[in-house]
Amino acid sequence: MKSNFLRGMYHGIPIALGYLSVSFGFGIMAAKAGLSVFAASAVSATNLTSAGQAAGVDIIAAGGTIIEMILVQLTINIRYSLMALSLSQKLDRKFTLPHRLAASYGITDEIFAVCSAQKQPLTPAYMYGMILVAFVGWVTGTALGAEAGQLLPVSVNSAMGIVLYGMFLAIIIPPSKKQKSVLAVVIAAAAVSILFKYVFTMVSGGFAVIISAVAASLAGAALFPVKDEEESAP
Amino acid sequence: MSLIVYIAVMAVVTYLIRMIPFAFFRKKITSRFFRSFLYYIPYAVLSAMTIPAIFYSTGNLVTSVAGTVVAVILAYFDLPLIVVALSASAAAFIFGLF
Repeated sequence: MKSNFLRGMYHGIPIALGYLSVSFGFGIMAAKAGLSVFAASAVSATNLTSAGQAAGVDIIAAGGTIIEMILVQLTINIRYSLMALSLSQKLDRKFTLPHRLAASYGITDEIFAVCSAQKQPLTPAYMYGMILVAFVGWVTGTALGAEAGQLLPVSVNSAMGIVLYGMFLAIIIPPSKKQKSVLAVVIAAAAVSILFKYVFTMVSGGFAVIISAVAASLAGAALFPVKDEEESAP
Repeated sequence: MSLIVYIAVMAVVTYLIRMIPFAFFRKKITSRFFRSFLYYIPYAVLSAMTIPAIFYSTGNLVTSVAGTVVAVILAYFDLPLIVVALSASAAAFIFGLF
């Protein structure tokens, strides 16, 4: 139990480092929008998501309606439902309902990514360890950004922007090397994502990711159905 | 509208999106097609989120490409996540000095 928690914390370190820089940027933005350090930190502590929070603060600053807030959060964050569904298939028996209610709070892009890459079933302790470390990084970065945003050298702050993407590449490249089907899905998803970025620019970023991923995965499932021994190891 | 109402609405909507499938989907999926779909989803989501966004991640195309190349090479040789992630950032920083 304890070692699972520690292993989760260890796996959470790169996530927390990436979050520190991303949430630092969010803190600066929230402060500019008129939120106090405490309010900005409260948004980060209760939401634990980057794009949704940024859009939410825009709505707060503009005095938008609650309906608008709900629709924007749904649109940007609906990808988490897909991730939660995917993770629900590889949970350890220790994951009872109370644990599921608690741990679901921490399903972020990065935590999902690292959890998906685990060979063994996920235990609550493992996820809690990871979520705790990531949470500390996310909220600390937000508070620091809101408090002292303009103090960090631009060169350091901008170089930190690539940390999380580097981690994503480290997750998708090794399996792509071993399995041609994964490589094909990865390339297809990237290609559709590029189309949205440069051609169908009217689609928002959140939707573009969902459509790209669903289209590529449907094609992958149709062309390369997984055998039983593969499905336990995504 | 009070700030606390906005924050509460954001938090509740975001939590429900994560919680409902995670807590209430208890069955093992038996459809081979759907299992295959869920098998590919993590890789597809990460790929779509990374490309092309990684090339804008530092606000400068040259440093972003430098970081990306370093990350791809190190990931290809199965280095740990944190090594790949921080090396990408270090490469972007170093290229930013020139």
